[in-house]
Amino acid sequence: MNILVCVKQVPDTTEIKIDPVKNTLIRDGVPSILNPFDGYALEAAARIKDEDPSTRIIVLTMGPPQAEKVLRECLSIAADAAYLVSGRTFGGSDTLATSYILYNAIKKVEEREGPFDAIFCGKQAIDGDTAQVGPEIAEHLGYPQVTYALEAFRKDNMLEVHRETDEGVQIVGVKTPCVMTFTKPAWEPRYPTISRKRAAHRAEIPVLGDDAFPDIDTAMIGLKGSPTRVKKTFVPQRKKDGLMLRGESGEAAARKLCALLRDAGVI
Amino acid sequence: METKSRDLWVYIEVQEDGSPKNVGIELLNPGRRMADKQGGALTAVIIGCGVDKAVREASRHGADRIIVAESDDFKEYNTDAYAYALTSLVEKYGPESMLIGATGNGRDLAPRVSCRLKTGLTADCTALDIDEETGNVAWTRPAFGGNLMATILCPERRPQIGTVRPGVFKKPTPAEGAAEIIREDVRLPAGCIRTQVLGFLRDVSAGKVDLENAEIIVSGGRGVGGPAGFAPVRELAEALGGEVGASRAAVDSGWISHAHQVGQTGKTVGPKLYFACGISGAIQHLAGMTGSDVVVAVNKDPSAPIFGVADYGVVGDLFEVLPVLTEEIRKIRG
Repeated sequence: MNILVCVKQVPDTTEIKIDPVKNTLIRDGVPSILNPFDGYALEAAARIKDEDPSTRIIVLTMGPPQAEKVLRECLSIAADAAYLVSGRTFGGSDTLATSYILYNAIKKVEEREGPFDAIFCGKQAIDGDTAQVGPEIAEHLGYPQVTYALEAFRKDNMLEVHRETDEGVQIVGVKTPCVMTFTKPAWEPRYPTISRKRAAHRAEIPVLGDDAFPDIDTAMIGLKGSPTRVKKTFVPQRKKDGLMLRGESGEAAARKLCALLRDAGVI
Repeated sequence: METKSRDLWVYIEVQEDGSPKNVGIELLNPGRRMADKQGGALTAVIIGCGVDKAVREASRHGADRIIVAESDDFKEYNTDAYAYALTSLVEKYGPESMLIGATGNGRDLAPRVSCRLKTGLTADCTALDIDEETGNVAWTRPAFGGNLMATILCPERRPQIGTVRPGVFKKPTPAEGAAEIIREDVRLPAGCIRTQVLGFLRDVSAGKVDLENAEIIVSGGRGVGGPAGFAPVRELAEALGGEVGASRAAVDSGWISHAHQVGQTGKTVGPKLYFACGISGAIQHLAGMTGSDVVVAVNKDPSAPIFGVADYGVVGDLFEVLPVLTEEIRKIRG
């Protein structure tokens, strides 16, 4: 089985701070990491490979040249090969343009690696949080999709997927080829091994640049090809002047709180 | 796609019992204002099987027109079937813009539809308006884990589509409904559906966590200290008839399942009453719950950021406060 895992390098949003004077994001010194949900997608692919060692796992990312770092990380964890999509004309793409470029890249990588049976993505990236690129890749490819996946199992020419819903864990059967987006499972992804790390360090990572896709519709990529525009950004103000109960015993505070909530008509 | 009207559509998701998801009805509220500014009709779109209740609710809550696609094919949500139906309706009627609730299914459906229509989609909006300058919808959404807000426009392609978080808007005041109802016979092409639900891993009734529709949520965080620490949280939730939520710290520690997680990488919620117990209030958590009407925070640390967004704050030990509060509430509720 051939599995492609799409990943993204993101700023660690838990480390981002707000400049209180300028009211802007401080991104300096914020580490770049593998998007955690993409890590779960890679782990899901690795689990399929645990069952069937003939499985090949290819990783693909789009980003600046330094995004190569997350590809090497994926190689050191479980991937067999990696490809980087990087070019000036791709910059400023929104989700629709990004998914269109990735679709073209998938077709290109398939020329070298053979057709993919499944394309795994994280459910969303923690910087943009849109959860759109996975389903949009599926749409460009004309493949079925399963979102909020936790784990996938191979069953003949189908994949059986456990997916998270409000009603519990749903089991879904999907025909291959398909696209799946993964959310956080109950288990932690595996760590890199020393020997894989060494091999990953040496691995050659092909770059698909601006000229890699002669047939791409240039009206559909980059800032110009993106239907959405950012009009403005601002830092959210959430402050409330709440009523504080402090310096009281837990019991007294609880009784007061209950009376306050009752008087306010909320309970 | 070319527009054929100035109409604004609100997609109303139907639940298993035929009632509409709250967020669909909520969206008729900003939808009314936006449709008026756009100069079009406020149109509700309903896909399902056994949807009379949802149609009635949409009419009572102010829709001018309701487009209904009802058939056995739509008995349960399926990406392929629903994307086909919604796309064909959009192509037929050519609305100016469309709002979809950012529920699990809504976030599964919207990108599929917008991509097929080659138009723009803005996810998880928390504010909506019409841009004065251009007349486009101004979609405002959080990014970077809630650290930044961005206002997005889709100036050229149509329809303009966005998903909107549950609980951000209040339902419009109900009245006698007089919506025009249009029934559309959408037939799926052969082989359209490529996924199949095979079963459930856990007992459905026991595993159900419906944070997005909940009116009251009691959440626990790192301060509960372990899986057993959720007992007083659960008891308070039970006494209030609410759901149990959790912060990422509690979920990452394995004390409770991810289905309970509130915040950036979990659910976005907007209940009438939200209790944050032992939750410090990281921005990722705040991004998921500041749409709540009333926030109560219980935390030992008086400098916890959660107090900055709380209407009522108790500086104290949740293990002392919660049991007494639960008991008092049981007394009131009889």
